[in-house]
Amino acid sequence: MNTLEIQRLNKSFGALNVSQDISFSVAHDECHALIGPNGAGKTTLIHQISGVLRADSGDILLDGKNITHASVSQRVQAGLGRTFQITSILPSFSVLENTAIAAQAKSGSSMRFWRDAALETDLNETAQATLERVGLADRADSLAADLSHGELRLLELAIALAAKPKFLLLDEPMAGLGRTESAALVTLLSNLRGSLPMLLVEHDMNAIFQLADKVSVLVDGAIVASGTPDEVRADPIARSAYLGQGAA
Amino acid sequence: MTDRSLILSGVLFALLLAAPVLLPLIGESYLLGLIIKAMLLAIAAISLDLLIGHGGMVSLGHAAFVGIGAYTAAIGLENGVENILVLLAMTLAMTGLVALVTGILALRTSGVYFLMITLAFGQMIYFTLTSLAAYGGDDGLTLWSLATLFGSDVVQSGSGLYFVVLGTLFVTWLGIYRISRSRFGRVLRAARDNPERAEVMGYPITRYRLIAYLIAAMIAGVSGLLLVQHAEFVSPALAAWQRSGDLIVVVVLGGLGTRNGAILGAFFIVIVEEVLGAIIHEWRLIYGPLLVLMVLFAKGGLSDLLDFKSSRGTAP
Amino acid sequence: MSLSLFLILCLNGLQYGVLLFLIAAGLTLVFGVMGFINLAHGVQYMVGAYLAFAYVQLTGSFMLAVFLSLGTALVFGLLLEYLVFRHLYGRSHLDQVLATFGIIIFLNELAKVLFGPATLTIAPPDFLSGSIQLTETLRYPVYRFATIVAGLAVALGLFFIVSYTRIGMLIRAGATTPEMVSALGVNIQRLFMIVFGVGAMLAGFAGVIAAPIFAIEPGMGDNILIVAFVVIIIGGIGSIGGAFVAALLVGLIDTLGRSLATTALSVVFDASFANQVGPALASMLIYILMATILVVRPKGLLPAKGVAP
Repeated sequence: MNTLEIQRLNKSFGALNVSQDISFSVAHDECHALIGPNGAGKTTLIHQISGVLRADSGDILLDGKNITHASVSQRVQAGLGRTFQITSILPSFSVLENTAIAAQAKSGSSMRFWRDAALETDLNETAQATLERVGLADRADSLAADLSHGELRLLELAIALAAKPKFLLLDEPMAGLGRTESAALVTLLSNLRGSLPMLLVEHDMNAIFQLADKVSVLVDGAIVASGTPDEVRADPIARSAYLGQGAA
Repeated sequence: MTDRSLILSGVLFALLLAAPVLLPLIGESYLLGLIIKAMLLAIAAISLDLLIGHGGMVSLGHAAFVGIGAYTAAIGLENGVENILVLLAMTLAMTGLVALVTGILALRTSGVYFLMITLAFGQMIYFTLTSLAAYGGDDGLTLWSLATLFGSDVVQSGSGLYFVVLGTLFVTWLGIYRISRSRFGRVLRAARDNPERAEVMGYPITRYRLIAYLIAAMIAGVSGLLLVQHAEFVSPALAAWQRSGDLIVVVVLGGLGTRNGAILGAFFIVIVEEVLGAIIHEWRLIYGPLLVLMVLFAKGGLSDLLDFKSSRGTAP
Repeated sequence: MSLSLFLILCLNGLQYGVLLFLIAAGLTLVFGVMGFINLAHGVQYMVGAYLAFAYVQLTGSFMLAVFLSLGTALVFGLLLEYLVFRHLYGRSHLDQVLATFGIIIFLNELAKVLFGPATLTIAPPDFLSGSIQLTETLRYPVYRFATIVAGLAVALGLFFIVSYTRIGMLIRAGATTPEMVSALGVNIQRLFMIVFGVGAMLAGFAGVIAAPIFAIEPGMGDNILIVAFVVIIIGGIGSIGGAFVAALLVGLIDTLGRSLATTALSVVFDASFANQVGPALASMLIYILMATILVVRPKGLLPAKGVAP
């Protein structure tokens, strides 16, 4: 069963076709990587999946439900989790509260005006458990603005996980991380692999070959090759289009 | 979790509660009128702080809702509606309605554009009030009869009115404080911090902002209603953009998004005005530069200045 | 309504628009280039008017007073920049609103102390007094013509500077990508100061030429400031061309609206209703226009484009 299905997605800005007939799907136990040179249209595709941009035509199905016309927040409510390429957190919130408010979105109405949200134990427990999962538990009480870059990347992931998503969209999770931090994050993600379907957009080829079950190569808005990591590595089109020039 | 700001709140409200008993004893009953004035200012400022401090929405048209509240009450009174509870319902309905319409449009913008569009709506409301020829037009209207509570004049003047205003202040203060700590307030703060993130956390933030805008407008309206009871006079000047500026001054001086900031700011302004005014007639010559200096040198507002903000700061 | 009355209204609208442009030009640049909300820009207009009054009293010559006022307004603007504004560039809009609000309060009161609360007037210079016969039935004051011409000349000059000079290029670049300008090694502090000083001088100039037409009084800058904000939002923040178009538009709509709204309403409604609502509606027109622009075209009519496409 496929958790995410992208069907014949098209998007253009004027004469520029940034998405051309893109179709692919991610099975419920799969990690699907999306690679491609800069300007290939990866970011636009992510924006269409997360709802920041609307596709001109085509459909996006999440867990069998058509979310093509849903708003950003509705997609999250439907089970889409995402991380940002450029860290996006709530700087004046504590690490715990960043995670708790993400959990809050999936735990009943937030139109509650009286009770102290910081004292809601179930939210705090979910948040704490998520922080433990990503290895940030000891920083729970720190102000998010005080975290190091590596810690922020983990918080980014914790925020996405705390909402208990059905599907995870990872936009360059390794961006700006050093070698050891990257390795730790790869281990973390490989633990999630199998239980949580993921679409991974990443430049780090090592990470991709360790994590991905399937790789699609996006060039000039179209998918030019798709297959297992080994197949893609051997594919001449993919090599010339991307691996040859971008792997350096 | 008992921090010093809660103690300060306790002291403030205890003093306000005791004032009607203590002040006449030392022969200073005129001060009560001054305190009512400060409390009314504080009520409107607390509501604005929900927008600015917690929601990050800087409105330069908030005084318009004070004006709408005051005029709704005045027009009701002129037409024979006397019960303050009926007037209250009318005020809430009227400010809520106007806030709903203007809020839906204004919240399509953010940041400095929000400031400008709220200014535009404020000016429209101001000019609407000046056009009410039957109710005084530009000059405003003196009211010869005031609201009653089921026929009783207890809410018209003296300590009765004082305690009504104090009670309203307390309810407003407590309500906004609870809201700021609630799930709703947390989402509102998240939308202030990082709207994109809040949206991607699954919150349709415009809806939350609109509700905050409605709440703030209705509270401002209530302060307008009580202002009529106190001043026995309404004029479009209540809704002028300079009054909205005054409210921002109160909120920022007191300390944005702090527990007691708006109350401290309101009393500070009223006291400064009174004290400076007593020393020199042209007190604005001192007040203006004082504002500039406060901005340049006391960033966190009075709450911070008094180091009552929280127990987290470095103890002396 | 006769055609000649309509023409007079259009000329008055044009004249008001030109005045608004002089004020809005500085405001929009300061806002666009520095991201600075300067509520005190309106008091520069007031300062200009009072300076003109004082110098006319002192020298007895209107033209001399104009030049002295311009110089003083420039120095005054630079002084304010040095004392207050430059410390606020990096601060939140809220802080800027608050501090410049404080300056308004101070200067309005100072004007009251120095010149009294009553309104003052000055006469236009002799060679600009009187009126011209435009058509058989239409006469128009020379002085008002002169202000239109002077305002348009300044607008043209400003347009040339912003479009074709190096400093204009920097200003346009600064309005859209301030990081780039400082990356080019330009002394951004000095650029800000120049923009600020010139903006203050232009607002002061507006005050000077308005002095013989409108009443000089404390607080006279407050309302025109708000209208100037309306202009720069409609035109697009940071855009000189936008400010010009929007200023003329606002000037015409406001002037025509005030004269025609009541008449227009009385076509549909009864006279007493029209008399009551007309003036308020007329005052509201420009705010309705601004709110509409903000909702449907938030970047304004002619958004600032900068140098790079």
